[in-house]
Formats: sequence, structure tokens, C-alpha cells
Amino acid sequence: MFDPLRDILLGYGNTGLTVWVLLKILAIAVPVIITVAMFVYWERKVIGWMHARMGPNQIGPLGLLQAFADVFKLLFKEVLRPDAANKTMFFLAPLIALVPALAAWAVVPFDAGVVLSNLNVGLLFLLAMTSMGVYGIILAGWASNSRYAMLGAMRAAAQTVSYEIAMGFALVSVLILSGSLNLSEIVLAQKGSKGLLDWFWLPLLPMFVIYFVSGVAETNRAPFDVAEGESEIVAGFHVEYSGSAFAIFFLAEYANMILIAFLASVLFLGGWLSPFPESWGFLGAPGWWWTFAKAFFFSFFYLWFRASFPRYRYDQIMRLGWKVFIPITIVWVAVAACMKYFGWVTIGA
Amino acid sequence: MTEFNTRDLVTILPELVFLGSIGAILIVDLFIKPSQRIVTHVLSILALAVTAGFVWSAAPAERVTAFGGMFVVDMIATTLKLAVLLTTALALVYGRHYMQERKLLVGEFYLLILFATLGMLLLVSAGNLVTAYLGLELLALSSYALVALNRDSAIAAEAAIKYFVLGALASGMLLYGMSMVYGATGTLDLARIVAATPDVQHPNLLAVGVVFIVVGVAFKLGAVPFHMWLPDVYHGAPTAVTTFIGSAPKLAAFGLAYRLLEDGLGGMSPHWSQMLAILAVLSLAVGNLFAIAQTNLKRMLAYSTISHVGFLLLGFVGATPAGYAAAMFYAVAYALTAVVAFGMIALLARAGFEADEIDDFKGLNQRSPWYAAVMATIMFSLAGVPPLFGFFAKLLVLKSAVDAGYLWLAIVAIVFAIVGLFYYLRVVKVMYFDDAIEGGTLVLPADRPLRWVLSVNGIALLGLGFASGPLFAWCNRAFGL
Amino acid sequence: MTFELVCFYVFAAVAAAAALAVISVRNPVVAALSLVLTFFSMACVWLLADAEFLAVALVLVYVGAVMVLFLFVVMMLDIELVPLRETASRFLPIGVAVAAVMLVEMLMLIGVRSLKVEPIADPAATAGLSNIEWLARSLFTDYLLPFEVAALILTVGLIAAVPLTLRHRVGVKKQNPSRQVQVRREDRLRIIKMAAETKQGESP
Repeated sequence: MFDPLRDILLGYGNTGLTVWVLLKILAIAVPVIITVAMFVYWERKVIGWMHARMGPNQIGPLGLLQAFADVFKLLFKEVLRPDAANKTMFFLAPLIALVPALAAWAVVPFDAGVVLSNLNVGLLFLLAMTSMGVYGIILAGWASNSRYAMLGAMRAAAQTVSYEIAMGFALVSVLILSGSLNLSEIVLAQKGSKGLLDWFWLPLLPMFVIYFVSGVAETNRAPFDVAEGESEIVAGFHVEYSGSAFAIFFLAEYANMILIAFLASVLFLGGWLSPFPESWGFLGAPGWWWTFAKAFFFSFFYLWFRASFPRYRYDQIMRLGWKVFIPITIVWVAVAACMKYFGWVTIGA
Repeated sequence: MTEFNTRDLVTILPELVFLGSIGAILIVDLFIKPSQRIVTHVLSILALAVTAGFVWSAAPAERVTAFGGMFVVDMIATTLKLAVLLTTALALVYGRHYMQERKLLVGEFYLLILFATLGMLLLVSAGNLVTAYLGLELLALSSYALVALNRDSAIAAEAAIKYFVLGALASGMLLYGMSMVYGATGTLDLARIVAATPDVQHPNLLAVGVVFIVVGVAFKLGAVPFHMWLPDVYHGAPTAVTTFIGSAPKLAAFGLAYRLLEDGLGGMSPHWSQMLAILAVLSLAVGNLFAIAQTNLKRMLAYSTISHVGFLLLGFVGATPAGYAAAMFYAVAYALTAVVAFGMIALLARAGFEADEIDDFKGLNQRSPWYAAVMATIMFSLAGVPPLFGFFAKLLVLKSAVDAGYLWLAIVAIVFAIVGLFYYLRVVKVMYFDDAIEGGTLVLPADRPLRWVLSVNGIALLGLGFASGPLFAWCNRAFGL
Repeated sequence: MTFELVCFYVFAAVAAAAALAVISVRNPVVAALSLVLTFFSMACVWLLADAEFLAVALVLVYVGAVMVLFLFVVMMLDIELVPLRETASRFLPIGVAVAAVMLVEMLMLIGVRSLKVEPIADPAATAGLSNIEWLARSLFTDYLLPFEVAALILTVGLIAAVPLTLRHRVGVKKQNPSRQVQVRREDRLRIIKMAAETKQGESP
């Protein structure tokens, strides 16, 4: 439906192309940022209910404007910088955290053909971008010149690097079954007559679980939030940040969480495909709303975990990553290869 | 694109069997107690023996290639593999007691040696620049770690760092040269490189590539002026590790030199034989002259290695099959002698006493006439005294150099061999004519296999001297003579 | 000048400048970050050359994992910068000489390559496959053996790391949280039944 606009812009040569690409980027980045704001409201609400509280309910109807009040509060607060901090790095760190968090969205397909950049190596691009997010955290910890921040940064670095391996192997099994690194093709490879049962969550059930748990660990969220660890290291890597600099870290973390939720739905739950038979009319038709519904479902898990589980101990996190997840994923990669080779699963319709 | 072929697996079967055994040993070692390390020891030697059996029985009469030319099995590869497996097994037998006394007998000692051996097996079978490089790296990486195995020793750490840095530099040189050869010929396959050599568009580029490859190979062989790492590494490494890296890898280095220079760059032999002649003269001179000044036996043997590398290169300068056959014979003879020479040091060492100074051998004859005789045999063989094994090896390479028209080189070699006689005989002299520093009888380890195998190995140097005819005939046959 | 060419020059210039920064900046953390920037710019250059797999793999492996660990270590180190610079200036002449020789050789190589009129055709395009698919096919057919040997080299690295770093130190007061939380009352507290003690003259 935007084709006429594209044609007009492309008529202006390179300048038009640049504007078109920028528009596409904005069309994804702005909704992501707004979603993050609303997701924070949702998180507070859900956790409130789970704690038998009301959650935010003062600003706007049902407290809906709370998110925007928070944004304005953060933007108008003074940005403090510790005297002994490394000035450049201190302010560079939040930006380094934010850029990969937003860049990763470029390859996420929301519906058939609705993707900013239909990259052939989409899956690898995603892995590369999520692995770069840790730079913002380590830099923040180091540049703050504070012991708590440094400890948080070290924990975050070790944790991210460790869980990246398990996550990478989980993605490898997906790519073995689908035979492609392109995310749209991965969704199409899950299409089949059995609907729900054709999606990759079933043959790759252990990998599905591991992928999502690793995703929680990668984003440093509860119960793996030792990088922040309020009770031990008083908020970890971003302890010295305030105002808009803190807001950017916040934004990056939540953008990453929502990204993981979207990816789980695209990689394991058939993206925009419908779980119901095609004969069910509207319910059986594929569409972007399925991607969003599945992603919403997963992002809810993040909140549920946070309200339910106590924080893992640091050595337990490391043990889970290295001694449990990585061996299981290695075995299941071999199993997935057998499934593909002997044709135990049907790929694509 | 070559599709996967199950016949390839048959060709590479010995290596696969070996790799499977290494995997099994890795698992077994994980579950045994440190006091039961003998299990790993026996299994390792068994793995080497079984692999040797497969190499022997699967040896093809003709040159066979697998994986699209990546892997080559011919009689040269078979001979070198058998020699490598035998030498490694000997090194393991000689090293066990030494490592155990120093609490260094960890499972990784065996695993790293076995992986290094696997690297050597792949290296001597390389049919492609990529396989040659990867085989070499497998060998080198394991060796670096082996040298550093004794973490509490400062000289071992220093040796490991030197070995690693210079080894990485050498690998870089080799890769740089390979990239130029690839740029000039457009292929990584050794057989295709040699076929493409005559009508290469830019012969200069190929020549520059050859220079770098020769430098890389010289580094790995330890030829002067690329020998700096050798004495420090031999001296710094635990003696059991020196026993290994001082012997079998020389065979692999010969294989590397042959595969790269003859199989791949045979068409460029006028270029590289000049360089090798210079390297040979320098190695002979520096190795023999510097060895005289050493008081440490391991360092002395290291410089002696350098001079032996000079002799080895004499076989290459003519670029003839006869020369290669002589060089291969030399490499086998050297490996079997060096392993027992270092084995002797490991035998006399005990906890808190390294026995690696020449003075430590003073009066050995009074304390143990038998081992003094064995050590004397080893020294005479290294020096090239007739009728020992080392003499025939020297004789054959000298003959090949003369046949190839390098009379001056042969004369230089003989002069330095006579110089070298001095420091070998000095060891014999201190054993027989000097009084022991510490009195009393010699405490020899109770490790019976060590003593028996070492004695047999020492005496074999004499026996093989008499029986060198069939062995040399075998080497000649490997090169189609 | 096409758009792609402009991009190439920009990325190449950034890569070269960042590489220069790696060896010239004072702060080791900044140097490590400059190296990250170098890798990243090089990945962009490769992307322009249609080597998308290599580009993404470079970012994934080097930027995403190797450099994180580098940075991790560099941040923990307390490097004395002054002696480092002294030795650096001592070896500068040799370094410059080596660099000059390598530059001449590279230029020679590039010169020779550019003499060839016909560039080698892109094998992936000739086979009608995408870059990554062609790479995978060639890696698992033509280069199967080297691929597996490379895996063995990595295994050796793994095995070698164990004896070089694992050490059971004695006398270290290390906490074991899992044992700490498993402690029971009986392990710490002993209740002894004993008769009440009375002093002389005191009524019981």
C-alpha cells in the first residue's frame, strides 16, 4: 500500500532512496519505542496484580498515561556524571547499547513480505546484533569508575557470552530444519497441513525452551538479573546513570526483550501463520496479528518470571549455561540433523 | 565440486581409527584416578600400535588420493607415518617415569602428544596447501601447550612463549607464501600447482611465494638463521616433552618440506635449492660450533639438532629422488637416535634432579657400565662413527649431494661433522674418564619397560647400522628408485 | 563515483583510522574498542563486496565474542603505561622497517593482481547459488577434510587450556555458596546436656 510513495521517492535517485530507507527505519523504530513505553506500564500492572496490588492507576484512565509521565520525568532529570568517570565513554555507552538493540529489528518479518531488510543471513545478523549489545553494558560499567558498576559489567559480559553459545546452537537447529538463514523462509518452512503441530516448537521442544531461557539470560532479566542485582551491587552497570542516559539503557533492555519474544514466535511458533485450519475463515487465515499475538504471549512470560522466581545465584547461572544448556543443545543439533536427513519432519507445505 | 565418497573414508581409515582411539582415551582418562594413569599410558601406546597396524595393512602400492586430492597416501607417507608412530610410542615410554616424578603425569600430556601425532599423520599425507597448513597447526598448537605443561617452572614458561611467538611468526610466513603461490597459480592443490608452474603468468610472484614458504619450513625445521627458538625450547621443556618434540616432529618437518617443495613447488627447484644450500651451510656451522660451548646436555643436543637439520637439507639441494630418499633415511635415523638420547636424560633424572648437565654424566661408567655403554653408542651414532646407524645416514646424504654436483657442500659438511665429533666425544670422555661428582650407586627408576626399551633402542642403533641396507632400499622404493 | 564506491572509501578510511588508533592511543580500553571498530568497518567493506557470510561471521565471532573477552581482560589489567611506551620507541625503527617492507610487498601483490585483465568469476554466481549456500556446499564437499581438521585444532585448544589454567590451589579461603546454603543446624550447633553447676554455698 506504500508502493506509490516508494515510486515517487525513488524517482529522485539516491536522495529519494535514502529518504525511503530512513522512513522505513522510522516506521519500525518509533513503534518499538512506543511499545517499550507501554510495555513498562503493562509490566507494572501485571506484577501489581500478581502481588495483589493495583499497579499504576493515577495518571490518565487506568493509569495508561503513566508510561509517558515516566518518560518525561526521565528526560527532564539532570544527567549526572561522576567526576572520575571517563567522559566520552560514559556517554557513548548508552548509545552503543541502543544501536544494536534497534538495528536487530531490521530483519524481523511481521507478515509475509513485511520486513525492512529481507537479508539472506538474517539469523546470523540477529545473533551478531544481540551479541554486540553487551558492549554498552561493559563500557558503562568501566567508564563509570565505580566498583559496583564494574562488578555488574563483568557479570553481564560473562553471562552474555556464555548464553550466546546455547542460543546460537538453538538457532543452528532451526536453520538445519528450515534449510535457510532467512527469517521469512524459516516461517514458511513451518507451514503445513497440521497447523500448530507443524511448527518447529514440537520437533525442537528442548531447543525452544533453551532458546527462550537463554533469551532471558541474554537480556539480563529476572531471574538472571545479576548484572543489576539491586540487593548485592545496587543496580550494577547503570548505578551511576541518571535521567535520559539511564532512559536509553532502559529502552535498549526492553527493546531487546520484545525482540526475543518476536523471534521466539517467528522461529519456533510459525510467525504469522495461524494455529487453526484454513477452513476456519478469519481465525484460520495467516496475518501479522498472529505474530503480534504470539510475541505478546512471550513477552508476558518475562513479567511472569520476574514476579515468580527469586534471583539465581551467579555460580548457578554459569552452571546452567555451560553444564546443562550447551550439552543439551549440542545433542539436539545432532538430533535435528537426523530429523532432517531421515525426513522425520515435513518442511514447508 | 567433489561429492562425498565413502571410498575416501577407507583411504583415511588409519587416521580415523587413531582419532577414535584418542576420543576414547579422552573419555577414559576423565574417569580414572590420577594414581591409575598407567591405564591412559597403556591405552595410548595401544592406540599408536593399532594405528601403525592399520597404516601398514592399508598401505597402497600406488599413490592414492582422497577428498579431491586433499589427502595423499603413498609409500613416502606410509614410511613416515610408521616412523612417527614408533618414535612417539618410544617417547611415551621414556617420558612416563620423568613426568610421574614431577607430578606432571596428567591425562593432557598423553592427549596433547596424541593430537600432535595425528597432526603429523595428516601433515605427511597433505595433498593441498590447506591440509598441510592445518596439519602443521595441529602439531604446533599441541607442542606449545606441551612445553608449557610445567607451570611452576619459569624457564618452561619462557620457552613456551618463545616457541609460541616464533611458531606463530613461522606460520604467518608460511601462510603469506601460500597466499602468493595461490595468487600466482590460482589453486591450492599441490599437484595442480606443480602442473601450473611452467606457464604461470607472473613467475616473480611465485618466486616470492617460494621464498616465504622456504622461510616458514626452515623455521619449523630449525635451520639457521631461523633456529633461535630451538635451544631454549629443548632446554626449557620438561625432558619427557623434549624427548617427543625433539624426535618425531623432525620426521613431520621432512614430510612438510617434501610435500611443499617437491610435490607442490617442484617446478621451482632451481630457486629453492639455492636457498636450502645456504641454510644447510649455516646450520652445519652454527649448530656444530655453538654446541661446543654448551654445558647443558639438552642445549647441546638442541644445537646438534640444528647441525643435523643441515645434513637433512643436503638431501634436498639436488632435488632428485635419490636425494630425498637419503634425506628420509636420515630423518628416520635421526628421530630414532634423538628419542633415545633425550630418553637417557629422562632415565637418569629423578625428583629434584634433572640430570641434564654434562657434568651429571661424570663417571657414569663406574656407576652403571651398561647405561654408559648405551649412552656412548648414542653419542657415536649422533656423531656418525662407523658402523653405527648415524654414519650410514650421513654417508648417504653426502653421496646424494656429491651426485647432485654439490661437492663443495659435501666437503663443508664433512669438515663440520669432524668439528662436531669433539662435543659428542666429550660426553663419552666424562662418562668413562672422570670421577662421579656424587658417589654411590646409581638409583635407576623401577620402571622396567623404560629400562628395557631404552636399552633395546640404544643397541638397535648398532644393529640398524649393520642392517641399514634393506632400510635404505625401502626408502629408495618409496621414491620410485 | 557510485554510491557504493563512496561507501567503500568511507568504511575503508574508518577501518584504517581505527587500526591506527589501536596502536597509538594511550588507553588500552580505547585501543581495544578501536579494534572493534576496525573489525566492524572491515565487515562493512566485505558486505559491499557481497561476502555477507564472512562479514556477519566477523562481527559475530570477533566483535561479539573474542573482543568482549579481550575487553574483559584489559579492563582488569593494571598496565603500567610508561615502560610500555619506552620499549615501544626502542623497537620503533625495526617495526617501521618491517611495515615498509610488507607495504611494498602488498603493493606488489596488488599491482600484479590488477595486471590480470579478467577477474576470476564469482563461483557462487556461476553456480547460481547465494553466497552463503555456495560457501556451505564447498565447505562440506571440497573442503570437508580441512574443515574437520580445523575442528580438531579447536579441540586441542580446549584440551590445552585445561592444564594451563586449571589449578587446585591449597589454602584458598574460597566460598562455596551451594554448600553454605545446605548447612543444617546440626552442623553448627551442638546441644549438650549437662548438670547445672552450682557454686559453693549457693542454694541450688
